Amino acid sequence: MTLKDSGLSNDQLLDMFYYMLLSRRSDERMWLLNRSGKIPFVVSCQGQEAMQVGSSFALHKGVDYTAPYYRDVGVVLTMGMTVKELFLQAFAKAEDPNSGGRQMPGHFGHRRLNMLSGSSPVTTQVPHAVGIALALKMKQEEAVSFVTLGEGSSNQGDFHEGLNFASVHDLPVIVMVENNQYAISCGIEQQVNCKHISDRAIGYGIHGETVDGNDPVAVYQAISNARKRALAGMGPTLIEAVAYRLTPHSSDDNDLTYRTKEEVDLAKEKDGLIIFKRTLKDQGILTADIEQAYEAKIKALIDEATTYADEAPYADVSTLFDGVYHQ
Amino acid sequence: MAQMTMIQAITDALRVELKNDENVVLFGEDVGKNGGVFRATEGLQDEFGEDRVFDTPLAESGIGGLAIGLATQGFRPVPEIQFFGFVYEVMDSISGQMARMRYRSGNTVNMPITLRSPFGGGVHTPEMHADSLEGLMAQQPGLKVVIPSNPYDAKGLLISAIRDNDPVIYLEHMKLYRSFRDEVPEEEYTIELGKANVKREGADITFIAYGAMVQASLKAAEELEKDGVSAEVIDLRTIAPLDVETIVESVKKTGRCVVVQEAQRVAGIASQIVAEIQERAILHLEAPVLRVTAPDTIFSFPQAEDVWLPNHKDIVKKANEALNY
Ligand SMILES: Cc1ncc(C[n+]2csc(CCOP(=O)(O)OP(=O)(O)O)c2C)c(N)n1
Ligand SMILES: [Mg+2]
Repeated sequence: MTLKDSGLSNDQLLDMFYYMLLSRRSDERMWLLNRSGKIPFVVSCQGQEAMQVGSSFALHKGVDYTAPYYRDVGVVLTMGMTVKELFLQAFAKAEDPNSGGRQMPGHFGHRRLNMLSGSSPVTTQVPHAVGIALALKMKQEEAVSFVTLGEGSSNQGDFHEGLNFASVHDLPVIVMVENNQYAISCGIEQQVNCKHISDRAIGYGIHGETVDGNDPVAVYQAISNARKRALAGMGPTLIEAVAYRLTPHSSDDNDLTYRTKEEVDLAKEKDGLIIFKRTLKDQGILTADIEQAYEAKIKALIDEATTYADEAPYADVSTLFDGVYHQ
Repeated sequence: MAQMTMIQAITDALRVELKNDENVVLFGEDVGKNGGVFRATEGLQDEFGEDRVFDTPLAESGIGGLAIGLATQGFRPVPEIQFFGFVYEVMDSISGQMARMRYRSGNTVNMPITLRSPFGGGVHTPEMHADSLEGLMAQQPGLKVVIPSNPYDAKGLLISAIRDNDPVIYLEHMKLYRSFRDEVPEEEYTIELGKANVKREGADITFIAYGAMVQASLKAAEELEKDGVSAEVIDLRTIAPLDVETIVESVKKTGRCVVVQEAQRVAGIASQIVAEIQERAILHLEAPVLRVTAPDTIFSFPQAEDVWLPNHKDIVKKANEALNY
């Protein structure tokens, strides 16, 4: 991991670390809440914080558009969702700005943050993001459309249709495949037979590259370059960020029926959060004091958000008909 | 006989047919090593090998297409769609392709496909994990649509579906998977597709239901019995083709009828049944044929699910409307 030449100041690097830690701790809290029966379901970001935060740091808040997928706690927090809002959606409360408690947990969307609400069928968001990019091009806006998905999901027809159209029209869209090596129980070798998901870019005539998804700086640079290309009219980019899913697929899954604890333990040694922390410390950017202060601040934020969201009311039954049609 | 949950009865039926016929193949997302996200195919890959029971990449349209190709070559594919809300991804394979292949091939090709999928509400899974989309399927000529309401039927109907030479959409209500057990014979048996089952005989009113609404209707019938009302309950088992004969016969006897479906009201199976009854038995009716359905909204968010989903109280209320008409 090279921090020099990254174009990022020490403050920015610390900020990146802060958001990665915030994402991890939020996710860990959600598991606790799930296991104690407070929230119904968790689908985790753990192991993917580096790519999520690194990529989002290259985007412009309030300018660019995102269509995140269900693991993207790191993306949504970096793009400006508050911890309170994150927990309101986990509890599915009425005040949740994502959907007013109508969505599955992890199905993010935030109008004010230019974040499109995602649906459960995987990969549907890719053509949506391409549509947004077409609109940006037609309106000549200086902005890009950023969309993420899992590597298993890159086998859906929507992936092909979206990327092909985006390429034909040189659209400002960045597609990041978060390759965590598994689609529920299916390892990568059962899903694809190419070396890299980014190899598929050749077929669309667009730029593709594979980056270390445990290195937030490498992902940041790849997305920054993709953004420049997009704004220069050079069309879409396909980025594959490779890491490992550290948790089971979701809170409803037992991953030890299809992978070994040894494999997971080995992956934990490459955990982007741990490596980034070590690198920042080795380089004297992160001190023990700063780390402690971050942990304390994050714990306070998550405690407050948990209590608030827990006590907030659910959507009322009388609102069942709201939002089905324009009223 | 063994006591089985519906999911166990389904696994059992799959095992029976994998053993009986080497042309039966199972595939879908996470059905192999993992044994399915609901464990319907648990142990089957170990028992029958990776050629017979296998995982596919995450792409439903491909799963549907694969089944069609295999079917033309004499296989009996049993693909699984992980949640029926994702059927839209494979809609063309189902309605556009497998349902029409026989017709457009001049009746020279069989499509012995059984597409299994979980669906249904009551387990707090919003956003396309719970929708009742059987009406979409029933509208497509060429398809058969089977929805078991209990473990015993689940096994017999699934074996029949797999042996059928036309595509069968076999829908498994998630709420029924583990909610109760039944006596299920260890040996193989079939239940004829397209035939309804009179679950409970009665003289005053007929309830027509399928899937999870059969339990609700039986409960409503028990409740009404306390008031001296004798209700007949018909479990459709198959919603396409509909067993109109059994329905009409019962309504002619009772003169009153409530049709129950979990799906939203508009353009559902219940509407079709009401139309069939009024065309064939209007002079026998003592009251309008009434419906109990979900309201016409997107499937409910979890906290309103109990209100949104039809239940036995709604059925009793409607029954009393018909009885006091
Ligand atoms: C169209 C569709 N089919 C099936 C599912 C069920 N499902 C949810 S997540 C998932 C696996 C996704 O794997 P991947 O794309 O690698 O993303 P990951 O969860 O690993 O981040 C599946 C099969 C779904 N949500 N949508
Ligand atoms: Mg994956």
